[in-house]
Amino acid sequence: MSRIVLENCGKINPEDIEEYIGADGYEALGIALEKKTPEDIIKIVKDSKLVGRGGAGFPTGLKWSFARAAKESPKYIICNADEGEPGTFKDRLIMEGDPHKILEGMALCGYAIGANTAYIYIRGEYQLSIQRLTKAIKDAEKLGLLGKNIFDTDFDFNVKIKIGAGSYVCGEETALLNSMEGLRGEPRLKPPFPAESGFLSKPTNVNNVETFANIAPIILNGFEWFKKIGTESTPGTKVYTILGHIKRPGLIEVPMGITLREIIYDYAGGMSSGKFKMAQIGGTAGDIFSSKLLDAPLEYQELQKLGHNLGSGAILIMNDIISIADFLTCCMKFFVHESCGKCSVCRIGTKQMYNAFKRLKKKEAYFDELKTIKELAEKLKLTAFCPMGQSVASPVLSALKYFGEELARGVNPDKKHEPITRENPIIRRQKIC
Amino acid sequence: MLNITVNNTQVEVSEDTTILDAAKKIGIKIPTLCYLDGLQSPGSCRMCIVEVEGIKALQPSCVTKVSEGMKIYTNTKKVRDARKIILELLLSDHPWECNTCDRNQSCELQKLADEYGIKEVRFPPVRERMPLDESTPGIIRDPNKCILCRRCVSVCHEVQGVDTLAPRARGFDTIIAPGQFDTLAEAVCVQCGQCAAVCPVGAISEKDDIDRVWEAIDDPNKFVVVQTAPAIRAALGECFDLEPGTLIKGKMTAALKRLGFDKVFDTNFTADLTIMEEGTELLTRLKKALVDKDKNVALPMFTSCSPGWINYMESFYPELIPNVSTCKSPQQMFGAVAKTYYADKISKKKEDIVVVSIMPCTAKKFECNRDEMNDSGVKDVDYVLTTRELGKFIKQAGIDFVNLPDEEMDAPLGISTGAADIFANTGGVMEAALRTAYEIVTGKELPFKGLRIAPVEGLKGVKEASLKIEGTTKDWRFLEGVTLNVAVAHGLGNAKKLIESIKSGKKSYHFIEIMACPGGCIGGGGQPRMTTDEVRQARINAIYKEDEGRKLRKSHENPAIKQIYEEFLEKPLGGKSHHLLHTTYTNKKEGI
Repeated sequence: MSRIVLENCGKINPEDIEEYIGADGYEALGIALEKKTPEDIIKIVKDSKLVGRGGAGFPTGLKWSFARAAKESPKYIICNADEGEPGTFKDRLIMEGDPHKILEGMALCGYAIGANTAYIYIRGEYQLSIQRLTKAIKDAEKLGLLGKNIFDTDFDFNVKIKIGAGSYVCGEETALLNSMEGLRGEPRLKPPFPAESGFLSKPTNVNNVETFANIAPIILNGFEWFKKIGTESTPGTKVYTILGHIKRPGLIEVPMGITLREIIYDYAGGMSSGKFKMAQIGGTAGDIFSSKLLDAPLEYQELQKLGHNLGSGAILIMNDIISIADFLTCCMKFFVHESCGKCSVCRIGTKQMYNAFKRLKKKEAYFDELKTIKELAEKLKLTAFCPMGQSVASPVLSALKYFGEELARGVNPDKKHEPITRENPIIRRQKIC
Repeated sequence: MLNITVNNTQVEVSEDTTILDAAKKIGIKIPTLCYLDGLQSPGSCRMCIVEVEGIKALQPSCVTKVSEGMKIYTNTKKVRDARKIILELLLSDHPWECNTCDRNQSCELQKLADEYGIKEVRFPPVRERMPLDESTPGIIRDPNKCILCRRCVSVCHEVQGVDTLAPRARGFDTIIAPGQFDTLAEAVCVQCGQCAAVCPVGAISEKDDIDRVWEAIDDPNKFVVVQTAPAIRAALGECFDLEPGTLIKGKMTAALKRLGFDKVFDTNFTADLTIMEEGTELLTRLKKALVDKDKNVALPMFTSCSPGWINYMESFYPELIPNVSTCKSPQQMFGAVAKTYYADKISKKKEDIVVVSIMPCTAKKFECNRDEMNDSGVKDVDYVLTTRELGKFIKQAGIDFVNLPDEEMDAPLGISTGAADIFANTGGVMEAALRTAYEIVTGKELPFKGLRIAPVEGLKGVKEASLKIEGTTKDWRFLEGVTLNVAVAHGLGNAKKLIESIKSGKKSYHFIEIMACPGGCIGGGGQPRMTTDEVRQARINAIYKEDEGRKLRKSHENPAIKQIYEEFLEKPLGGKSHHLLHTTYTNKKEGI
């Protein structure tokens, strides 16, 4: 199987634009500008059935058509490179390994939707990515592949880099827009969606790094080629970072629809120690899979049928020495730290969830703790302001589903909720953790 | 028009209607905590979530617009359970101090917990205690009680444009704080109290001065006089469940007498006095500009009776200091006059007189503590109570307010005209000033029907009017044919717009009235909660009713005003006036 996104990674010198051009780089852009209309591009992307690789799996072509249809101008393109999901570092390696592929994808998008300015919102920790992208932009501008009158057409396209300050929620597209505008990093109300009113209230198309990296190959090779890879409902490949108790952790690009079992035993070289217990798919906001799901195809639609999500592309594989309560305590600690604090359910709910799992870990949970946790998680999913807050429920609900018995061992059936006493209500207000 | 169903009832609503408003239309109340009428809701409290057919997640009804055929359910088990858990979460992060809280029985969270039958909170309390912010004279913030609904942030940012309050830190550690500072005193806060007026819980309120006033009343050596601002008489009734806009001047006077104040006076008296001074000041400035061709004379002239506006101007537009009238606010004129003119009249030492103000305003608490406000030789105004505090004060004394008889205020500082009444609402000071100034200049009555200048009335943010001066008397010939351009703004966000339009050269005026609070004083930060536009309009209507019911409706006709000039002040802008009734301002921008 050939790679798409990581095709050039490790093969070409990412700091040499000539090597990228030598590997058919910028050819898709040239063909598009000379021979195809913007509508053609959108149609090809639509027909390829490419879906966004950031986690939500929204059809990319459809998203572009919304931005194309927006009347206001100027329009903006933003590449979301704020890869904040713990354990996920695929975007970093794509940017470090093949920066021009992302730029070319963005330029194609700009031509398709009618935008001349683009930003890459990149997390500040990714110093090497920033360095290489900065050089790539400069080199491309020198050769007339970015900037004014690209390929001697009247299409101008400028890419700028915006460095994020390390907030998890700024990976959510509307929080990202707030951060870009210098506002507090919090999600905005939707609607209006960014395609209608995004950066500086102008139509804006936001895509993930990996999504943009798929564009040039699709334009160059055609949607039919692309659809031969992966599954029928979700064609293409997926880049995963695989980590945990496995022999060969790292980065892989595999066709959509591959199973967890294949990833562990074919790509990761098997378990490094102990017996497989569970895997978290898609970062800390991802679902927890038990061995029952080892053969489930990893792709957006199939997983949705099972009530799960593919998420960002991190696969954390754990053996049987890991306690589920312990692991969930870690997950919740992350959310307590990263919740933006805007909506009540996420702000307080994550804290309460964290405390509850700490009690479970110490086997000091209230008699009805699991019921309460389940209800809280379900309500978070239903009522939180943004997808980030809603996704806090994912690891909790899937853990309750597959590891309910183990979690129940942390419950103390005799521990009742204490009423607030008249003598000293303040005692109840002491810090629990 | 769109057809939708709410709980299986068909409703026809216009496009752009929110689910919340659509439900209201058929009498369904959806609970809210962060929503404020007329402002962009942050959608953060999640209390107003409802079920919409075909959408998995529950939708916040205050920000979700209806669409054709939408089927909405506001009261399913899913919705009720979600609201309950949200309330439980909020309560787990809230002190259990209802009995001793300023908002006991007027707290929106408490009310919802009651309505939703919250008998138990499954989540143990989680937060450590944070210190109170008691740094300013007007406002107390208790971050422990804050539920982070952000109403205060919305008004501070959207309505007032002051941007003092904002969320800081993130996640569970998020607090609403005065910018990067810990206390309001360190930050730029104009003390307008609009945040306190919208807070659903006890997190922001005025500093309680009731006990200090009791102490003064209980002290046999003190002669305690009270002044009541014009805006109180149209709002105090709301503290006793009367309809907004019920006029209760007579009952209020009776209540104040029963509370033990030695004399019940009226800020209206000094509102009339303000018109005499400020009107003369305006005419003097116009004369300097038009006759003496003095290029240094500062026009337009701005009013100075709103202390929130003064604080704002000193911090954000200190370059306007020469343009702002040097007149003290009516509250402070009253203090200075009570402790000099009136003290002499009743042969009391100024040290033995205590002046208490009843104000619709938290910034007045700040104002009376300004260094400039000691012109009588002692602190001119001792204590300020807000309308809300007065309501509590009357209840503490066990007075059956609603059934009180109407009583009259005392002379001479309780005598006033209709021009003073309308100081309470936006546009009122302008109207009152023109009623007097026009008559001084032409000898004729202001040529508007019923003395009311319609273009400067109402709740539009920025209003303007022009008045051609014709038929001037001999002394004022230089104004013959001059068109006087005036403007009125209420709410500091609107004031900012107006000032910017002048600075950019787009607009030019002679006289401008600015009130810090939306609607003017009737919408002040110390008024009974909740002040919506509907309530503002009802209070304004009441004030005009009061004005129109008066025999005397022009400040210069007030006999007590004529008397104080004859007996004491001599003439407007005279030496004594200058010392007692006028003040100076400070540039506070440098510190920002």
